[in-house]
Amino acid sequence: MKSFDPIPEGSQPERRYPGYVSTQLRNPRQPLILMPQTLSELTGPVYGHGPIAETDNDLTRQGPGEPQGARIIVSGRVLDQGGKPLSGALVEVWQANAAGRYRHANDNHPAPLDPNFSGAGRTMTDSEGRYRFVSIKPGAYPWRNHYNAWRPAHIHFSLFGTSFLSRMVTQMYFPGDPLIPLDPVLHSISDEKARERLISKFDIETTIPEWALGYRFDIVLRGREATPFENKR
Amino acid sequence: MKVERDFVPTGSQTVGPYFHVGLVREGSDAGKLVAPGAKGEHIRLAIHVLDAEGAGVPDAMIELWQADSNGKYNHPDDPQDKTPDPAFRGYGRLPTDKNGALAFETVRPGRVPGIDGALQAPHINVHIFSRGILRHVSTRIYFAGDPANADDAILRLVPAARRDTLMARPDPQHPRTWTIAFRLCGEGETVFFDV
Repeated sequence: MKSFDPIPEGSQPERRYPGYVSTQLRNPRQPLILMPQTLSELTGPVYGHGPIAETDNDLTRQGPGEPQGARIIVSGRVLDQGGKPLSGALVEVWQANAAGRYRHANDNHPAPLDPNFSGAGRTMTDSEGRYRFVSIKPGAYPWRNHYNAWRPAHIHFSLFGTSFLSRMVTQMYFPGDPLIPLDPVLHSISDEKARERLISKFDIETTIPEWALGYRFDIVLRGREATPFENKR
Repeated sequence: MKVERDFVPTGSQTVGPYFHVGLVREGSDAGKLVAPGAKGEHIRLAIHVLDAEGAGVPDAMIELWQADSNGKYNHPDDPQDKTPDPAFRGYGRLPTDKNGALAFETVRPGRVPGIDGALQAPHINVHIFSRGILRHVSTRIYFAGDPANADDAILRLVPAARRDTLMARPDPQHPRTWTIAFRLCGEGETVFFDV
């Protein structure tokens, strides 16, 4: 058995990032304990999420009518650290509606709910690691982290790779969003290139004439088998 | 240490407060790892997630991954010549309630191989997600009183005084229930691992 490569410094957020206030009470102060990867870490759930329905990857077709907002197509590839496409990876997404409101009991932002938009989707990657969602562009919304704090428009992504170790939850942003430079959640990642990789790219190739704008967002999960099991770090 | 890679893992971001929209489906039984007939000791694993002030975290999500009662992972990379229990699925996911609590229905896992061929003590692998957690934290649940704990190579990496934070304990009030609290920060902080 081979272990996975470590994650390069700077590509991941600082756990106790001072600019994101809620991190302070909810993240360890003690250093993490470095441990080797065993069978427990290098295996993980393969199935177990139930069947995926036909409209699960089309958030514009889950209600009785079409949701409000600008229709978008979000697609990309899921790869491992060696650049190998991951097929059969579960991709789950959730997002606010076009007005910046989530269909959630705790979201009290006074913006309208959309009866035709649940904001939830899921799909599996194909044999080349590709996924595709149809949705509407989410709105920005306020939060109480600091005075006049607004989250840039984003879509939450949750992925399973080949092991429990490759589990990934992230957020995808939109190019040109003026709120991006002000967002502490994104800026918890110190490396500029790593931040840029969370911003999707407008993609004329996947844009469909007279119908929807296309955005491209590739995701890399841990999972390359490179270094011998015993010699990790 | 410097690692040069063409493909750098995507940066993690918080699940935020509204993850239920996408990750907790109505009618989901993702807290139940056992189907009728699952082999082994059936247990209820009651977990409490607490913040630095000892308050329950009402918007956390926990994921489990574990072997079946025979010490077999239901995954193609488990090289052991054993058949996974078809009535057991190994993976579970639950959100905390308003008090920061949740409970899985599972089995006590068997021992699985560790490093250098030695068996590990029975344990359950855990990821914790929450608003305020930008990058999920990972830990393990062991079973207090298990004689195998003394020789477990991973537990030995943990300072003796902190090993208790990884131990589930039987609940004297409720048969077959084991409890553990994850303290994310501060006094009695749970041990989290860098894997």
